Amino acid sequence: MHVTTFSGRMNAENEEGAKKSENVDARAIVLGHLQDSYHWHITSLGESELSISLPVILYSGESGWHIFSSSNLFPEGKAYQGFTIATQGEYEGKIVEVDKAGNITRPFDISITKTVLGLLINSSVLLIIVLSTAFWYRKKTASSKAPKGFVGFMELFIVWVEDDVIKACIGKGYEKYSPYLLIAFFFIFVNNLMGLIPIFPAGSNVTGNIAVTLVLAVCTFLAVNIWGSKDYWKEILWPEVPVWLKCPVPFMPLIEIFGIFTKPFALMIRLFANILAGHSVILALTSIIFVTVSMGPMVNGAMTFVSFIFTLFMNLVELLVAFIQAYVFTMLSAVFIGLSRIEGKEEHAK
Amino acid sequence: MSLLVPDSGLLFWMLLSFGVVFAVLAKYGFPVIIKMVNERKAYIDNSLKVASEANEQLDNLKQEGELIIAKAHEEQLRILNEAAATRERIIREAKEKAQSETTKMLEEVKLQIQAEKNDAIREIRRQVATLSVDIAEKVLRKNLDNDIEQTAMIDRLLDEITASKN
Repeated sequence: MHVTTFSGRMNAENEEGAKKSENVDARAIVLGHLQDSYHWHITSLGESELSISLPVILYSGESGWHIFSSSNLFPEGKAYQGFTIATQGEYEGKIVEVDKAGNITRPFDISITKTVLGLLINSSVLLIIVLSTAFWYRKKTASSKAPKGFVGFMELFIVWVEDDVIKACIGKGYEKYSPYLLIAFFFIFVNNLMGLIPIFPAGSNVTGNIAVTLVLAVCTFLAVNIWGSKDYWKEILWPEVPVWLKCPVPFMPLIEIFGIFTKPFALMIRLFANILAGHSVILALTSIIFVTVSMGPMVNGAMTFVSFIFTLFMNLVELLVAFIQAYVFTMLSAVFIGLSRIEGKEEHAK
Repeated sequence: MSLLVPDSGLLFWMLLSFGVVFAVLAKYGFPVIIKMVNERKAYIDNSLKVASEANEQLDNLKQEGELIIAKAHEEQLRILNEAAATRERIIREAKEKAQSETTKMLEEVKLQIQAEKNDAIREIRRQVATLSVDIAEKVLRKNLDNDIEQTAMIDRLLDEITASKN
């Protein structure tokens, strides 16, 4: 993941640090990197910073819509059209509006930030991959030869998800849900993988943002509850337990209703936390190199080697996690959907 | 901690981009691929079924062919046997006919020979009679030149006739 970007920034900060206190704040670097940003820092070339300015889109209740380049706001603290990036307080790192009286308000902010741009790029990549695969089937009939190469691989992958995850977990009537679950799987998988590639168009931490996993979890929540069967709701509101557990005080129904929300909530947190943790660990391991600079060339050299080995290992683990998290999200969504479709007969069979 | 608070801007863009991705891929992406794969699956299943049916038919045809060949062999044998029998019969009949013809011819020849022999015998007899009459005349003419001998002769003849009558 972000090694190149990261080491670029580290070099710059390291030079400064060597001049001043020779002290590297690894925590700030890791957190700063995981958080969103209004520009996309790529690397430092000597004195100049190589970074991409992103469009800022704001709506303020007082002054209406504003669209301008984020380069107007850097270095941090610079004001433009009454907006500035807060350096402290509740809105640290976010754009705030400062009125004449000095009151700080947060405008409605739909700027294309680093994460948003990453999200858009990854979505485009996903669209290109799947549509190019689907495009291959145009003008093909059932008797045509099976695809080879990339299309063949994608077909295998898609059919595997469809048959072994979706069909296996939902059972009868899975066709209605299969597009959503396939899209969720590949959306998460592509975003996870792109997060592992360290340099520009990839490398943003998209699935490690709770807003992203929130939307996915809400989609699953809706898919489960909108098309839930009569028996599913009966299980929740009037489960087959001793009567005193549900009347007069409805313990079980309350627990079950709570469960409706905890399931997607767990999905949201699991994906977010796994990806965030993976990124943090790799960043922290890479920071070892720069933290140990002040300890002399021997220690620094040895620790660089250790850091390299660990980072390599973590990257491989993250590769696995990227797949597993996409798989787990899709599989659990499918299981929850499958549970919402239970019918009387199956219930007795169990 | 700000990491745990969903950012409204990102939420907005996520909803938008995931919505677009969903709308596009749910219409033009995955269903197309899945549909095609299922169609191919059905096609392969069908092909296998057709192939096994064709195999079965081929087997049937083979058996039928073998049956026909066996029948033909039988027929051939029968015809050969018949031909042999006919040949035998024809030869036998021809032999029989030839034999009977020969016998008939021999009979005829025999009859003819008999007839000719009889004719010959009759002729000889006639000639012998004529000759003997002639001889007798000559003998008689010579001997009957004198009366005594004529009388003696008449007597002898008379004697003979009477003797033969007795």
